[in-house]
Amino acid sequence: MTWRVVRRVVGPPLAAVGLAVLVASLVLAVSGADPFAAFGNVLEYGTRLETLVEAFNRATPLYLSGIAFAIAMRMNLFQIGVEGQYILAAFLAAYVGAGVGALFPPLHVAVILVTAMAVGAAWAGLAGWMKVTRNVHEVISTIMLNAIAVAGVVSFLLGRWKIESETLDTRLGDIPETGWMPSLNPVVELVTREIKRVDLTSFILIAALVGVAYHLIINRTRLGYDLRATGANPWAAEAGGVPPKRTIVLAMLLSGAVAGLVGMADLLGDQHFYSLRFPQGLGFAGIAVALLGRNHAVGAAFAAVAFGWLERASGVLEVRGDAPREIVTIMVGVIILFAVIAYALAQRRARIEAAAAAAAQVGEGPDAVEEMAGAEAEP
Amino acid sequence: MDEQVSAAVRLQGISKRFPGVVANDDIDLMVESGEIHAICGENGAGKSTLMKILYGMQPPDEGRIEVLGEERAFSSPKDAIDVGIGMVHQHFMLADNLTVLENVILGAEPPKGPMIDFAAARSRLEELGEAYGLELDFDDMVEALEVGERQRIEIIKILYRGARILILDEPTAVLVPQEVEELFRNMAELKAEGHTIIFIDHKLDEVLAVADTITVLRQGRSVATVKPQDVTAQDLAELMVGSELPTPETREVTITDRVAVEVENVSAVDEVGVVRLRNVSFEVHCGEIVGVAGVEGNGQAELVEVILGIAPATEGSIRLHGDDVTGWSVRRRREAGLGYIPEDRHRRGLLLPAPVWENSILGHQTRPPFLRSRLWIDEEASKAHAADVVERFDVRTPGVNTQMHALSGGNQQKLVVGREMATRSNPLIAAHPTRGIDVGSQAAVWEDLRRARADGLGVLLLSADLEELIGLSDTLLVMLRGEIVARLDPSRITLRELGAYMTGAAA
Ligand SMILES: Nc1ncnc2c1ncn2[C@@H]1O[C@H](COP(=O)(O)OP(=O)(O)OP(=O)(O)O)[C@@H](O)[C@H]1O
Ligand SMILES: [Mg+2]
Repeated sequence: MTWRVVRRVVGPPLAAVGLAVLVASLVLAVSGADPFAAFGNVLEYGTRLETLVEAFNRATPLYLSGIAFAIAMRMNLFQIGVEGQYILAAFLAAYVGAGVGALFPPLHVAVILVTAMAVGAAWAGLAGWMKVTRNVHEVISTIMLNAIAVAGVVSFLLGRWKIESETLDTRLGDIPETGWMPSLNPVVELVTREIKRVDLTSFILIAALVGVAYHLIINRTRLGYDLRATGANPWAAEAGGVPPKRTIVLAMLLSGAVAGLVGMADLLGDQHFYSLRFPQGLGFAGIAVALLGRNHAVGAAFAAVAFGWLERASGVLEVRGDAPREIVTIMVGVIILFAVIAYALAQRRARIEAAAAAAAQVGEGPDAVEEMAGAEAEP
Repeated sequence: MDEQVSAAVRLQGISKRFPGVVANDDIDLMVESGEIHAICGENGAGKSTLMKILYGMQPPDEGRIEVLGEERAFSSPKDAIDVGIGMVHQHFMLADNLTVLENVILGAEPPKGPMIDFAAARSRLEELGEAYGLELDFDDMVEALEVGERQRIEIIKILYRGARILILDEPTAVLVPQEVEELFRNMAELKAEGHTIIFIDHKLDEVLAVADTITVLRQGRSVATVKPQDVTAQDLAELMVGSELPTPETREVTITDRVAVEVENVSAVDEVGVVRLRNVSFEVHCGEIVGVAGVEGNGQAELVEVILGIAPATEGSIRLHGDDVTGWSVRRRREAGLGYIPEDRHRRGLLLPAPVWENSILGHQTRPPFLRSRLWIDEEASKAHAADVVERFDVRTPGVNTQMHALSGGNQQKLVVGREMATRSNPLIAAHPTRGIDVGSQAAVWEDLRRARADGLGVLLLSADLEELIGLSDTLLVMLRGEIVARLDPSRITLRELGAYMTGAAA
């Protein structure tokens, strides 16, 4: 990659974050807080080892959610059902994980993960199936399925399957310890000081694996080619032998399977049971991750870490009374907005630059021209 | 005569560069008021680009634009429309799910309070249609219309917006001969009313017949402006590509006894149950080119879809190399060797946002060498293949990583044709294979088809270009209302006779 390409890919999100900080400072100043003190606090608190661990723990489900959304987006399916898929998947996986009792540890974890992926895939597959048989637009069906999953199935079954507990929380039983994923703290502590209170979930490794698989499948395999072809032009893809219906269902199944993993970081690494307080909203947050990361495996990773960090590091604002933590919501919104605008501007500028260079290029032989055209074709 | 007054359009020193290409290089163009001005040139010469600049769609890097004696700088087509310029694009831009009326007034709706005054729009359109002999039913849905009608909509659309200077980008490429004649009649009437028309065309005899002035572009430069009475088609071809005029002629017979495609008693209906194909039967042998003639909309498109497997046959069977493929998916048929050059490259043939190399394997991505271990797309092999297609079929592109939409229309077509030829597909369904391709490259495509035929390729050829059909085919079928109404020997038929069969006048 040339410097120009790096600048074009990395520049826009950095600019967006910078602008978001600026806007947030203005809002803080207007509401009477001292932005320098506030951001000073956030920076100080946010660079602590424990906060960083928490940020990565949060980034893990955000990343998976972003990838789940991106898979469908690659073929122009607007799958906004990740929310319902992961909550339903986490709920049923927690039920199965607790129900099977203690098992050989890797097996126990595998049972839970497979259950979650199957449930997520099935729920998303339902939307795919409705699209190919009944021509129901996926936005409609996934919104509907979200509601059915969260307000319907989970609420109803949670009421029946809940266990007695001394807290007020409505919850399922605990997953035995054989179904937990180990903490990565000992590994991290080899290079850092001791980590207090929090555990870095080893599930982050599975998320990374999913990212690698996503990249390979989409960009290097025939299935990925079919998927992207359908996204680019469904009619031409069909004439090229891509079965349109099967590809839609397949994309939804894949997307749903990844969505099913979203809740697993919390379930296997932290809580070990499902309750009404299980994290919600990760499905929708994933849309922002995919958008900022441009449906790219690495881009989404940076976006997920950025959002995870913002969310965790901002906790200090409320604690110290600097500002309400809603300021983070504003910042996230601003980042997304500016990132989209900045990407568009960068693309435009790249075209103009390339065109201006074209005149000089004409004498330079085919290699230079080729390279420039290649840069232009970058996603 | 005073030039300043009579010039409708004066372009001076127009230059436009794209990554790796100089599309327009210091071009001067003068179009007189009230004339029909043709622009000719090989694929990628910069014709569409120059017209888009005049229409305000793309800013020139350098140069002056003067319209009716006044210098203009357009920042969008709206500015161009405001001074009376309208353009019909090489690839139509209509909304399929709207009616003709809605399409025409889209973006220029006559207001009636907060509502749209449909009645006023309708009466104005009827006036326009009548004045220029453009026949249309304004309540039809656009998706159901044929190309000729779509084109009339595009023309009415720009007249409705008050265009006095009309730009038509390859208007005849998609039309059958009768429709071309009708278009030229319309153009003559527009001219009689004082309109100025600039049109792009690859068919030199057409250009010579209707143009008052002809400008030839070559590699982004304007190489000549001539009057039709001073030149022959041969001269024009030489100006354009520096080569002789080709004719589509297949001489020696190469038919074998191996059957590539066998269509037996095939019938098909569309979604609403209208019969589109009735009892169609024929064979294409290896080494044979079977041409299908017919006025557009008489079942040719459905026939292609049924053989390809996109649409089902309600009756009958289809065999490829002896295998009954009637129930097979598109993919299986393509893996069995079926090649396809679609009539509409943008709709069925290309992934415009994808790079050239990905386009060069579309339809063949499930076979080696493009697929390794049945799972991985082999990028290196695919790029080598793409480079080979680009080289052999003279596709003008900066490279195989360039996005497809950056190629000129004719070069996009050459990639589609090259893809199917270079992958040695057999049999090949070729619908309008030379549509939008310049005369020089056309000869190359014909030559390639002939060579492949001699090597045993079976071709089902559909074309609006009757000379191409007669010249290339070994056997000629005529379709009318979903049926095959005649089987003709192309060596014993004239254009006129064929035309009579197509309209049902002869039987
Ligand atoms: N948007 C674009 N981006 C990059 N290159 C472009 C773009 N549009 C056109 N070009 C390039 O500019 C050159 C001229 O293209 P143009 O479409 O004007 O050709 P044309 O004369 O209309 O050809 P054809 O007869 O094939 O339609 C081509 O080399 C093409 O690849
Ligand atoms: Mg063109």
